[in-house]
Amino acid sequence: MNSNLIDDLFIFMLACFIGFEVIRHVSPLLHTPLMSLTNALDAIAVVGAIVLVGERKSEFATVLGVIAIVAATSNVVGGFFITDRMLKMFKSSRPSK
Amino acid sequence: MNEFAGSQHVIEFIYLIASALFILSLKWMSSPATARHGILAGEIGMVLAIAGTLLHHGIVDYKWIAVGLVLGSGIGIPLGMVHMTAVPQRTALSHAFGALCVTLVGTAEFYLRTPNVPKFMMSVLSMEVILGGLTFTGSLMAAGKLQEILPQRPITYKGQNLVNFLLFGVAVGSAIYLVLHPEAKQLFPLVVGVSLVFGILLVIPIGGADMPTVISLLNGYAGLSAAAMGFVLQNKLLIIAGALDGSSGLILSVIMSKAMNRSFSNVLFGAFGQVQVAAAGGQEARPVHSATAEEAAAILAAANKVVIVPGYGMAVAQAQHKVRELYDILSKKGVDVRFAIHPVAGRMPGHMNVLLAEADIPYDRLIEMDEINGDFPQTDVALVIGANDVTNPAARTDTSSPIYGMPILDVDKAHTVMVIKRSMSPGFAGIDNPLYYLDNTLMLFGDAKQFVGAIVRELGGH
Repeated sequence: MNSNLIDDLFIFMLACFIGFEVIRHVSPLLHTPLMSLTNALDAIAVVGAIVLVGERKSEFATVLGVIAIVAATSNVVGGFFITDRMLKMFKSSRPSK
Repeated sequence: MNEFAGSQHVIEFIYLIASALFILSLKWMSSPATARHGILAGEIGMVLAIAGTLLHHGIVDYKWIAVGLVLGSGIGIPLGMVHMTAVPQRTALSHAFGALCVTLVGTAEFYLRTPNVPKFMMSVLSMEVILGGLTFTGSLMAAGKLQEILPQRPITYKGQNLVNFLLFGVAVGSAIYLVLHPEAKQLFPLVVGVSLVFGILLVIPIGGADMPTVISLLNGYAGLSAAAMGFVLQNKLLIIAGALDGSSGLILSVIMSKAMNRSFSNVLFGAFGQVQVAAAGGQEARPVHSATAEEAAAILAAANKVVIVPGYGMAVAQAQHKVRELYDILSKKGVDVRFAIHPVAGRMPGHMNVLLAEADIPYDRLIEMDEINGDFPQTDVALVIGANDVTNPAARTDTSSPIYGMPILDVDKAHTVMVIKRSMSPGFAGIDNPLYYLDNTLMLFGDAKQFVGAIVRELGGH
């Protein structure tokens, strides 16, 4: 195991702790938009697919990669879009400043 | 070469900024007041990361990347415009898409690298495709059940758990063999194929009422598989995003299973199928009190404090806009109207909040279970609309009840309980609800939307 992998494990561990701390404070009111937002962020996997397709190492990899880009991009676009639509609907009864 | 190394550093730096934006994005979700900044942060992070990736020196062909991005956006826009009642199935579908991307990239990477895959790399690659594969088919099944293309009832058969365990064992076992013997690449399709089948079988026995937990769990798996992909590609941004998504999904599933008083394994290797058999006995016809819309309207108009308890039935009947009219007219008459939200009401975490927000009900009127339960004894009317099991007092008192111990909304402690329900048929879990036979309970038989509409008319609305 080289030091890169160890570094990555550290990053993963820290990110999990940050995730738990940050998500714990999300109001249950917003659990549905939270899920659609994390889904959109998770679709950052698209960058892996982009590199795969761009490098054109094999026909097989390119075909799988293009499908992967389509799937992930639809999550990015759809995820941010619907999260924003949902959050726009949340209004307080107290007048906002 | 120097030039290439330079662009690589630029990309890493952009990923660093994107990671920070992603964390801020989730942090700002903590309150509705800042949540929309959160989306903006997430969007900027995403655009930066994608743009940065396009600088990658190894990219020689942009044509197919462009095709993929355009097609994906074309699919994403209608998926972002679905009706709010369809949000649970849309969410399940997007988990499936995310997992599909991860599984495909993992598969391609395997065939590009085999047979020179180091052991650690092969382990995370296996995790990537196993989690990705089962999440893909499992989420498709969940989406099909929620969309009612597939039967919503749990499908169980003898030896189900054994079959599932065996399948999972085959997938993990083959993966371990692959780690130790990287040259055995003919095993890879087996790992992927078995994971895909396992995902289907995993969700088949799960019924509608368990969907909030299952969707959260699949969300967590999708995140973890993306993090595993980050390890394979040594992409730190992906590791961070996957870890954030994974922890979010796992936290939500813990909250959901707590709200149903069930363990993870209990939800996954579900006992709900057997519950129906156990609850089927003892169906003697007990008397209930019923009331008309006119009577219900009179009681509501005379009340000071009203708590409305929405459930999945309200979503099915699309009654949220009529409920808003009721809220408006009662509020105008000086009645204090609030909404009690059970964590597992509906089909995904926070489902009721979104529907009521869509109907323009202010979010500070939506109160969580723990906060509102103490107020029921001082509540004049608890109006239950399309909720059943989450109001079942048997969960508090009847140790033989399958839902015993599940935290519920204590509506039976209100002075008057009104329940809008189509008929006396038991709820989704097939469990009889003693609430309906109490002396302070009035049953309002009818479609939720029409009945609430009738009450609004009686109260002088339009």
